Amino acid sequence: MTRFITSSFAHLILLIGILVMVVPVWMIFASSTHSSSMINMNGLQMLLGDSFYENYLRVLLYQGGFFKEITALKMFFNSFIMATGVAILSVVTSLMAAYALVYYRIKHATLLFWIIFITILVPLELRIFPTYSVMAELNLVNSYFGLIVPISASAIATLFFRQFYKTVPDELLESAKLDGANTWRFFVDFLIPLSKTMIVAMLIFMFVFGYNQYLWPLLVTTSEQYWTVVMGLKMMSGSIVHRFAFVMMSMVPPILIIILLQKHFIKGVFQDK
Amino acid sequence: MKKVQFKSSYSQYLFLAPQLGILLIFLYWPIIQTFRDAFTMQDAFGFGATFVWFDNFLFIFDDPAYFIAFKFTIIYSFVITLITGSIGLLLAVQANNVMHGKSTYKTLLIWPYAIAPAVVGVMANYFFSERFGLLYHLFHELWGFNWYESVFDSYIYVIIAGSWKQISANFIFFLAGLQAIQKSVIEASMIDCKNSFRRFWTITFPLLMPTTFFLIIINITYAFFDTFGIIDTTTIGAPSGETRTLVYKAYMDGFRGLDLGSAGAQSIMMMLIVLVITIFQFRYIEGKIHYN
Repeated sequence: MTRFITSSFAHLILLIGILVMVVPVWMIFASSTHSSSMINMNGLQMLLGDSFYENYLRVLLYQGGFFKEITALKMFFNSFIMATGVAILSVVTSLMAAYALVYYRIKHATLLFWIIFITILVPLELRIFPTYSVMAELNLVNSYFGLIVPISASAIATLFFRQFYKTVPDELLESAKLDGANTWRFFVDFLIPLSKTMIVAMLIFMFVFGYNQYLWPLLVTTSEQYWTVVMGLKMMSGSIVHRFAFVMMSMVPPILIIILLQKHFIKGVFQDK
Repeated sequence: MKKVQFKSSYSQYLFLAPQLGILLIFLYWPIIQTFRDAFTMQDAFGFGATFVWFDNFLFIFDDPAYFIAFKFTIIYSFVITLITGSIGLLLAVQANNVMHGKSTYKTLLIWPYAIAPAVVGVMANYFFSERFGLLYHLFHELWGFNWYESVFDSYIYVIIAGSWKQISANFIFFLAGLQAIQKSVIEASMIDCKNSFRRFWTITFPLLMPTTFFLIIINITYAFFDTFGIIDTTTIGAPSGETRTLVYKAYMDGFRGLDLGSAGAQSIMMMLIVLVITIFQFRYIEGKIHYN
């Protein structure tokens, strides 16, 4: 009997938690399928309306009027380029740097370690204007390169890969050496396949991180052609239901990735077996 | 460190070069410029800068708005850490207890983690707007809630907006922490202590300490830096600057006010705060908790 009560209690708490998470998003979604006049008269809605296609297609495709030079579709394209670029660039560079730190007998190893890892303490928000002026000097404002690279200047993934490499048994390198593998072959043929879970987890993490950037794209893109979805929230105009639709669509890619790949993500980050 | 390693050779630099190059150009160079900005003052036409020692720092210490932002940032990170940590822990403990549907609950609770703070802010906006915001009207009925004018009410607004998605992050990490505790420890404690509430606080919670302290740092960092998008899409500092975080104020001073010297000095102050928190974590906390 107590067992039944505690378990019902647990389900109840979890249910409340889920409602707190789901209801706000559901209400914005339901409201995004109504007409503007409906929302203006009756407020947010709990039930679906019948303007789903009309509202979403308009937000995605219509150029001019709604957005001056750019469609939401182009913003999604930009966000996708930015997020993918951040994920690949930061994961590849981190994978390599961590390899050098763990598998080489480097002079000044401690110094190099600190040069790389102290950067975790200085997020982009703390150096945003100087980073902008560096980008301006290098003529990289309004470019995908400008959106991607400063966000990829992160050693977080390096920290994770370094921790992971340290758990790889020494015998692996010994036997690889016996097989005559050089440093490059060992890295590509042995270590990378072994780190697959961790690599996927870091790719997901950095993709979401890149996609969700707000302040940096706001600063580094003066041309509408490079606007991303998340910063577009601030820029968009239009009627209330179109805003709802835009908000809903903006959260779909990262949520989808987290839900579909949650097993890999959690496995990698927590090194679950 | 590894016992078996490759000898130092030129190839190690090929592995290090991409990341080091990006960090040097896009991180260290800007940081050096931040220091240069912080110790110089631009002349009115932007043609040159003079070295002014600590004048920019003295100006921000003289600025009451800086202390308002400082106070808010401290309160904000403390409250967010407390709220998201305790709700995240509560949910994780319940999810760890249930026999059925554990993974369904997990899926249904982790997705808000993926939503951008700016998107959360825009959504919160709809629930706190005077026109049709449900929470605005609910709170207004209860105690005359009005975040446009009351500092307390604007705090409530940005705290709710800021906590919502961060509950997920706390939930994920606490759940992972709970699952990492060995079954045998829990089973042994069940024999020793029948009261499940006491058992949690004397056995399970101390074992979760590493996770807890990790999350404290994560939550503080989130409240300091990631909430920019939330503030910028909700109160924008309303009523009159009381809900501006330090990051938000530095950005506004640098961008709207074009005062790069002040923005630089404020950035360096924040770097110092982050450094102190980190040292505190490593020196004090890491030494006091037991892993495994």
